[in-house]
Amino acid sequence: MADNVSMLDTETKHTEGLDAIAQEMLARLDKELVGLKPVKTRIREIASLLVIDRLRREHGLVAESPSLHMCFTGNPGTGKTTVALRMAEILHRLGYSRKGHLVTATRDDLVGQYVGHTAPKTKEVLKRAMGGVLFIDEAYYLYRPENERDYGQEAIEILLQVMENNRDDLVVILAGYKDRMERFFQGNPGMKSRITHHIDFPDYTVDELMEIAKLMLANQHYRLSPAAEQALRLYIERRMAQPNFANARSIRNALERARLRHASRLLASGKRPLTKDDLMTIEPEEILASRVMRDDNDGMLQQAS
Amino acid sequence: MHLTQGTFSYLPPLTDEEIRAQVQYALDRGWSVAIEYTDDPHPRNVYWSLWGLPMFDVTDAAAVMMELEQCRKANPNLYIRISAYDRSKGRQTTALSFIVNRPAHEPGFHLERTDFADRQIRYTVRSYAANRPIGMRYRDDG
Repeated sequence: MADNVSMLDTETKHTEGLDAIAQEMLARLDKELVGLKPVKTRIREIASLLVIDRLRREHGLVAESPSLHMCFTGNPGTGKTTVALRMAEILHRLGYSRKGHLVTATRDDLVGQYVGHTAPKTKEVLKRAMGGVLFIDEAYYLYRPENERDYGQEAIEILLQVMENNRDDLVVILAGYKDRMERFFQGNPGMKSRITHHIDFPDYTVDELMEIAKLMLANQHYRLSPAAEQALRLYIERRMAQPNFANARSIRNALERARLRHASRLLASGKRPLTKDDLMTIEPEEILASRVMRDDNDGMLQQAS
Repeated sequence: MHLTQGTFSYLPPLTDEEIRAQVQYALDRGWSVAIEYTDDPHPRNVYWSLWGLPMFDVTDAAAVMMELEQCRKANPNLYIRISAYDRSKGRQTTALSFIVNRPAHEPGFHLERTDFADRQIRYTVRSYAANRPIGMRYRDDG
């Protein structure tokens, strides 16, 4: 028995290295991406599958290589592109994809303007993505049922063919809003059946958005004063109720504007010399000056300062 | 007659695995790979037709193999070669070129000797296949 174990140990050394890589990548994912529980769970599952698959192959247990085409659905700013980038890296590190680069494409890159233009265009993009991941943003635009002579259908057919035949060579990730993706799949059942992993990206909660904001600021060497933190929370709550809220993207834009105001406040204040602390700290004024807070921001300003 | 041209002319025909490895080698060096085909086997024929465009942005050999598969399907009975162009300064030339597909039957070449002054001889090489017009060569009917 003991002999058996030690033999297994040497055999699995390589795979254990792989396992360590997987754990490291997943830990990083956990640290750098806030929230997204279901997404992380699925990525963890996929990583385990790849590690086990490798282990099985070393023992001569042959199985068809897993199909990893994915569909990311979710509202704007929920991290679909970011996760796709990470996915490409993970698949590369785990030895599933050979190059691990991400090629982003939209309808314009795939569909041509006239007869005979679409196939070469789509193939061009597919060839560029080989060995890596092809990320098709807003994939439902490929399919326009109202125009039966639309060239999008041709692009979909080529895509399907390559997804099936070159499964080892590239991973296709489709992304878009959930409801429109559903409609897209209804019109293209072949596409739905070839995509194994449907991952839904939930909207962020206020707490998660706060955490994201702090992470974004920390990466750029800024920080929020305690009062600004309160103001930002209020801002997020209000912004979420407004139309066109794009989750983390809205937060990033808000912080960009806060940086702008921060800079002009410092210059206008006439305070010299400016300390490192001054240069780093975002105060509530910067956030409360936003259009979102306009209706009663005077009262809030007094309260915060 | 087995036509030999290009980089691996001294080797038996490469298998698909070997072709893939060579292509990956070329791509890893930043050479752009192109697929060309012709029905004129003369060694001095430099006018091969391009299959699509040279693949400039490709990083993985799978893409080239996919195109090669399609080129073979369209021209199963012609010569197909893969060439890799090195664009780096000072080189700017074809760095690698080898035949990856050939007709089932290669009739070979006729060597013609022409006498002229002082018992000198000039040689002309003419492919038997090239006796037929373009498009009719290497067809199954003969």
